[in-house]
Amino acid sequence: MSREKILAAVAKNKPTLTPLPEIQDFGNPYSDLVAQFTSVLTTIGGTAVEVRNWEEIQQYVQTHFAGRRMVTNLAPLADMAQQSWLTSDPHSLDDVGLAILEGQFAVAENSAVWVTEAEMGQRVTPFIAETLALVIKKSAILPKMHHAYAQIGAVEYGFGAFIAGPSKTADIEQSLVLGAHGPKSMVAFLID
Amino acid sequence: MNHSEAADKFNKDFDRTTWHDETLWWVRQKRDRAAFAIPEWEDLRNMASQIKHNVLSNLDTYLIEFEKNAKANGITVHWAADAHEHNQIVLSILKEQGIQQIVKSKSMLTEECHLNPFLVENGVEVIDTDLGERIVQLADEPPSHIVMPCIHWKKEEIGVLFHKHLGTPEGCADPSTLTLAAREHLREKFLTRRVALTGVNFAVAETGEFVVCTNEGNADMGTHLADVHIACMGIEKIVPKRKHLGVFLRLLARSATGQPITTYSSHFAKPREGQQMHIILVDNGRSRQLGREEFRNSLKCIRCGACMNTCPVYRRSGGHSYHNAVAGPIGSILAPNLDMTKNADLPFASTLCGSCSNVCPVKINIHEQLYSWRQVLTKSGHSPTAKTIGMKAMAAVLSSPSVYRFSGKIGRLTLSNTPFLVNNSLNPWYKQREMPEPPKESFGEWYKKNRK
Ligand code: SF4
Repeated sequence: MSREKILAAVAKNKPTLTPLPEIQDFGNPYSDLVAQFTSVLTTIGGTAVEVRNWEEIQQYVQTHFAGRRMVTNLAPLADMAQQSWLTSDPHSLDDVGLAILEGQFAVAENSAVWVTEAEMGQRVTPFIAETLALVIKKSAILPKMHHAYAQIGAVEYGFGAFIAGPSKTADIEQSLVLGAHGPKSMVAFLID
Repeated sequence: MNHSEAADKFNKDFDRTTWHDETLWWVRQKRDRAAFAIPEWEDLRNMASQIKHNVLSNLDTYLIEFEKNAKANGITVHWAADAHEHNQIVLSILKEQGIQQIVKSKSMLTEECHLNPFLVENGVEVIDTDLGERIVQLADEPPSHIVMPCIHWKKEEIGVLFHKHLGTPEGCADPSTLTLAAREHLREKFLTRRVALTGVNFAVAETGEFVVCTNEGNADMGTHLADVHIACMGIEKIVPKRKHLGVFLRLLARSATGQPITTYSSHFAKPREGQQMHIILVDNGRSRQLGREEFRNSLKCIRCGACMNTCPVYRRSGGHSYHNAVAGPIGSILAPNLDMTKNADLPFASTLCGSCSNVCPVKINIHEQLYSWRQVLTKSGHSPTAKTIGMKAMAAVLSSPSVYRFSGKIGRLTLSNTPFLVNNSLNPWYKQREMPEPPKESFGEWYKKNRK
């Protein structure tokens, strides 16, 4: 069987065991994590909006996204968006204009937001919507990726993703175009 | 066609070669800015290299651990000794499902295994969904770069291609319009295909999960809408622990394109409810390379492409001139392991300037390995003829002081009186290079005259 053949060849040919290095987190060089997150997100094509409460999110959504099909699984926004989508065929989310989901935490160095299946409702939601909005607590912005994985720890999930900005491509002569397949725009609501 | 013939052909179009060169250099500069912004960059490279070294030194144990945890997560694990077996496994999964159409996101491993032509021969329609890959697929070409598959295409040419295949207006060469057309074309495929195939950037032994990085979101659009997800990975893609991802994700995108991270770093741990998830662990020569002491470090590669973007030879010869799925400096180390005869020319397609080793995020000694391959290939009678004659002559000259002195004189005479003589097919170094003004006398001659 190939399994045994491969494992035997690897065992025979591998070099002498060397130890794993200690992984340090290199500390926090940012005096203002919100400002750092916002500045990186802006350069990669996303928008950060600081809000004090859920009403401000509702207002922002009404001003910018009125008329679009909206989905969310966030209780404070329940009356402005659909709920039934959570159990529907994921293909039926093709026409979602705005998905508002929660991000567990964000990373200041690269403006990535950690979202797992539980927050996504359906796995495809953050990828198929025309605009993705993620709500993140300001206190949940961590400095670097090492802090992020320390935060995730050994927790189990079926699927999780770091999401940094809108979908993009530069495959045509290195010109940056937003909205290759997934969201054409991405908003991060940073809430107190 | 060997590398230098293909490079010659590429260089016939001077303007295009310059454009290609400058585009890649621009990407290299973006990488520099991203790397220099991280004070601990060198520490990260060291850590990444050490983690990968530990992986190689304990790979069998990690593979077994990964298999156990992935299975516990509900993933079906397959093992493939070579490209043929890998392709057969993919086909058998499709047959079991009764499926003849798939969407695919980027996987250099499947390029290495020539999966697409194999599936097409077996009646399966394959749609590459990465924009760059779709472009070269429509043009019936392989990718020319592992991160930017159609870096050698101009937008006007893509406009003509899309006009023909996707019905965009004639003469349209606007990147936004063309991308939007591809988005609509591919969205229909995502919504209708039931099997999605992806590559793997990292697989975590500790948890049995694997990570796929894209900017476009095409891997996610494919897999989360499909009933079956097939992920293909080389056995060297293992990392021991989840926390090690923090090191590699900090290095990968910064090295590749200068981005702080790819838009999506997707961690697949369990199949979606009702979905099937398969992972194929592929050897295809990797265990053999592991046994070659001088070359085993090449298995640390995380496929960021930085060594290509910085390589003066790659930039001015184009990815296709390497006639291998992975081009550039790293491809030239990996390819002879796959086929020494066919790829004997590749380790010679380098100036050994060392720029590749300097940018490599996992600190592979790329240029030293290229040099070692030259020795191995020459000793075993595999090296390309023109360079062998030139090199043998050079070796003879350098090993004998009197011949060295004499040949220096001849060299100076030849260059000043008959420069065309140096520009012959036995001197590949002359091609595309300005030969320097020869000095009137060598240092040796000058020293003899002036030492009194
Ligand atoms: S060899 Fe190093 S620089 Fe080249 S693609 Fe691999 S990781 Fe990147």
